[in-house]
Amino acid sequence: MSVDEQQASGGTVSYGRVGTAGVDTTHGAILYLESITVSFDGFKALNNLSLDIGVGELRCIIGPNGAGKTTMMDVITGKTRPTSGTAFFGQNIDLTLLNEAQIADAGIGRKFQRPTVFEAHTVFENLELAMKANKGVRRTLFSRLGSEQLDRIADTLDVIRLGDQAGRAAGLLSHGQKQWLEIGMLLMQEPSLLLLDEPVAGMTDAETERTGELLNELRGKHSMVVVEHDMDFVTQIAGAGKVTVLHEGSVLAEGTMAHVQADARVIEVYLGR
Amino acid sequence: MTHLPHRDRLAALAHRPLLSPAAWTALLAATLVMALLPLANLVFAPGHALHISGYMIALLGKFMCFALAALALDLVWGYAGILSLGHGLFFALGGYAHGMYLMRNLGGPDGVNRMPEFMSFLSWKEYPWYWAFTDHFAWAWLLVICVPGLLAFVFGYFAFRSRIKGVYFSIITQALTFAAMLLFFRNETGFGGNNGFTAFRTILGFDITAASTRAALYWATLAALALAFILARVVTQSKLGRVLMAVRDSENRLRFIGYDPLGFKLFVWTLSAILCGIAGALYVPQVGIINPSEMSPQNSIEMVIWVATGGRGTLIGPIIGAGAVNGLKTWFTSAFPEYWLYALGLIFVLVTLLLPQGIVGLVRQIVRRRKEVDA
Repeated sequence: MSVDEQQASGGTVSYGRVGTAGVDTTHGAILYLESITVSFDGFKALNNLSLDIGVGELRCIIGPNGAGKTTMMDVITGKTRPTSGTAFFGQNIDLTLLNEAQIADAGIGRKFQRPTVFEAHTVFENLELAMKANKGVRRTLFSRLGSEQLDRIADTLDVIRLGDQAGRAAGLLSHGQKQWLEIGMLLMQEPSLLLLDEPVAGMTDAETERTGELLNELRGKHSMVVVEHDMDFVTQIAGAGKVTVLHEGSVLAEGTMAHVQADARVIEVYLGR
Repeated sequence: MTHLPHRDRLAALAHRPLLSPAAWTALLAATLVMALLPLANLVFAPGHALHISGYMIALLGKFMCFALAALALDLVWGYAGILSLGHGLFFALGGYAHGMYLMRNLGGPDGVNRMPEFMSFLSWKEYPWYWAFTDHFAWAWLLVICVPGLLAFVFGYFAFRSRIKGVYFSIITQALTFAAMLLFFRNETGFGGNNGFTAFRTILGFDITAASTRAALYWATLAALALAFILARVVTQSKLGRVLMAVRDSENRLRFIGYDPLGFKLFVWTLSAILCGIAGALYVPQVGIINPSEMSPQNSIEMVIWVATGGRGTLIGPIIGAGAVNGLKTWFTSAFPEYWLYALGLIFVLVTLLLPQGIVGLVRQIVRRRKEVDA
């Protein structure tokens, strides 16, 4: 089904403009992955992976190196096409049919493992570029920031605590600040679903703790998927929520942090080698 | 609360003026000075201390065409990071389109327009279909804008859609201009083969060699350059300009925040080709000739050197660079004609090694140092 057909049948899927209104989440889930397989020359990076994320949920995904965490993110954001299986955003948006920009516009924001901000642009401009808006060529050429949008940028700057850095080039920020700026850019997109790939990698302890606070502030306002290695950090943010353990491209265990930590197979995967 | 001043600071970041008052003044002053020069040619007789030769006016007019082409190239290379090694093609196409009009106005001694000789040699009795309406000035100018624009749009669409980038894209543009050159070298193509178009007589009924016509062409070029500069400034200062710089720095990242780079690249690429075509169209009546050598890869590479020398990613840089390199070329080719290409190569190497930001970057660095010393 093409995007046009989706628009005709599903109603309001819209890319190239404000998009989050189009996600149909009446069944309570924002993301469904069903039997996703991705094989690279016969190597199965994802093997029959099924997963669903509820609206407003903060889901942590853990797993050893090579478990397929990043590939899963790539499938959700359109960077990699699954060899087989289906990926739906809400009930109505088939992610396997859209490109990266359309998926971003539909309301899925992604933070990469390495912080990737636009280094030559100022902090302010990074947020401005990310802000939810019509991202077509003509509208972008004639775009002018209104006071409401300025307020939103100011609010986001407060949340990520970079208010006094607004006019600085993003390339001059510290590693931790870049990570927060990237989270800020995600927030500016007003995504319905936030994907965070190792948000605390390379951060100092203080920065890690601050990031945990930041994610806890966002809990409930957005659905979030956090992929992380750092167990202490996962414990800090998972709370009573669900944690999914991936291993060799499929789900090994799912449940609360305490539950999965007690699972014999999880212990074997993490400690047995 | 510190929120309010914070807000004001943000508002200042968001709404920056198109040019600072000082920059506006400088732009106006420079345009005015340049505009007065042809008067020194027309008003003062040769031999007068303030007389400027017709040769000099024609030379400056030519340099301004090059500056416009360099400005166009900088829009794609300096801002969107797309290095074109084939912009000479768009320049030449604009030139040929305008040249067709000039060739339709050759007016013999009897005042009747004859077919160009190269067509008589092919024993063609009629103009080929693509020469239709080219005796109309407005149609010729429509071609000046549309032919380079359309070619760039179609080529750009397929190249950008296939995500061809970096050096691969550059090589393809180089091949494109080379292929076009071979095509235009053929006599049967209908553009005068290797001789191209020359021996123009009139433009809009005015004698093309008259000093007043030359001055008018000069002023038209100056106006085009000034307007193109302001247009380029509007584009680069807009949010679209910031998106282009994001394409340059991290195109993939841009996709993940919801922009499709294709449309943005296509926009700036086509705009650049159109501006370059206009530059070529203004160039041809001033130098009095257009032939396929304008499409040679060397010409396109020279354009890149103008931009690099002046400072890519600044709008004034390419204008300064085009003037400086061509000024040097004019002197060099009369003093040591055989060695110009070596000198050009040396300039490129030195600029790349010592002045990565070009002349403008050097000036900015000096200004910054002075300020630091003062502080």
